[in-house]
Amino acid sequence: MMESELVRVTAFTLMMAAIATLVMLPPGVALAWLLARRRFLGRGILETLVSLPLVIPPVATGLILLKVLGRRGPLGSLLEHTGVDIVFTWKAVVLAMAVMGLPLLVRSARAGFEQVDPRYEQIAATLGAGPCRVFLTISLPLAGRGLLAGVLLGFSRALGEFGATIMIAGALPGTRTLSVAIYRNAEIGQDAAAMTLLVAAVTIGFAAVSLSNRLGATT
Amino acid sequence: MPTDPVILDFTLRQGGFSLELHQRIEARTVALYGPSGAGKTTTLDAIAGLRRPASGEIRVGPHMLFSSDMGVDLPVHTRRVGYVPQDVALFPHLNVQRNIMYGTGRRDENSSTTVLELLEIGGLLSRRIDGLSGGERQRVALARALMSAPELLLLDEPMAALDLGLRDRILPYLERVRDEIGTRMIYVSHIKGEVRRIADWVVVLDGGCVVRSGPPNNALPGT
Repeated sequence: MMESELVRVTAFTLMMAAIATLVMLPPGVALAWLLARRRFLGRGILETLVSLPLVIPPVATGLILLKVLGRRGPLGSLLEHTGVDIVFTWKAVVLAMAVMGLPLLVRSARAGFEQVDPRYEQIAATLGAGPCRVFLTISLPLAGRGLLAGVLLGFSRALGEFGATIMIAGALPGTRTLSVAIYRNAEIGQDAAAMTLLVAAVTIGFAAVSLSNRLGATT
Repeated sequence: MPTDPVILDFTLRQGGFSLELHQRIEARTVALYGPSGAGKTTTLDAIAGLRRPASGEIRVGPHMLFSSDMGVDLPVHTRRVGYVPQDVALFPHLNVQRNIMYGTGRRDENSSTTVLELLEIGGLLSRRIDGLSGGERQRVALARALMSAPELLLLDEPMAALDLGLRDRILPYLERVRDEIGTRMIYVSHIKGEVRRIADWVVVLDGGCVVRSGPPNNALPGT
């Protein structure tokens, strides 16, 4: 394997995982806060739906995304009219990573919110702070470590994503992540190249999970 | 000077506990006195909007905070009620200054300075919360509540966690707040001596009901 190929695939994977983390952050934080702080009808169903990508095969998640976002899919046909193409592009890589990383982000961020004593939020409200200000100045900073650990976990999961990615983004030169490149190289007998990519994937993953664990331990 | 009354006329149910109050209070400094589980903190929570009564009315002067008949239930952040809970609940990620200034939107600069001078906390502003002594924490929590310019100050056993010596040092600060700032207060305590010094009206609660109410010398048991 060319060294430039290793650098290109690694940089592409890191960039896609970073974008996916940014994409999953707003819904992830909102879901984590909702599940930690609110009791509402359908909460159990929402909780299950959020965790579903953790337990069903990633390839199945990828197939669901493909059916929804493909040209004949309900969302895909709408997007096609607006000229937006997702399937088999880098956007599909981001989407697959975000969907697969979201449950981990939500779990950790939720634990972070649950550890914030509601008394602080109540007292902030008595001081005249509306719900938005309470969330931004009290809940979010106090849940910060759990949230950061969740971001790192989600990012780590995104880095290693394979099943959903290959279903919705394929193994094209422009959508090839570390996992997909390892698979491709191993499939065509390029074991040395696969091993090189493997070392890069393990090193990045190890660093991200270690950092996440350290943050989680002090949450 | 006549004062618009505080109306506490509500029923609140929580699990097996029921709190029933029918009080019209004209005094400026009121103590809720009674044993643990009497409903003192629940009363403060209802006034602050942290617990919702089943029915009735809560009014501070002309401001209706809750009325089941009129369909009024003001959100907590619009009630203008300052609350110092038993554990003071200072925000641990903010220093003293940022804690105190958290609710200052409603108070002008001069009166903010008065609060800091009155409670003698000007020298603590840059300190972290975890480096404060018990007495300092109480004064900072009191300043934080006062800085939001509340129409009613709720103090939930503010000295419960302090030893006797420290209580004697903090009580004069509360007396100064009462006399010099003139904020209306509802003060929860189960210590008669404190109640006598601070309050000019006492509501004695037991088991969620009012047992007696009146001036401290008449209402407190054993007097």
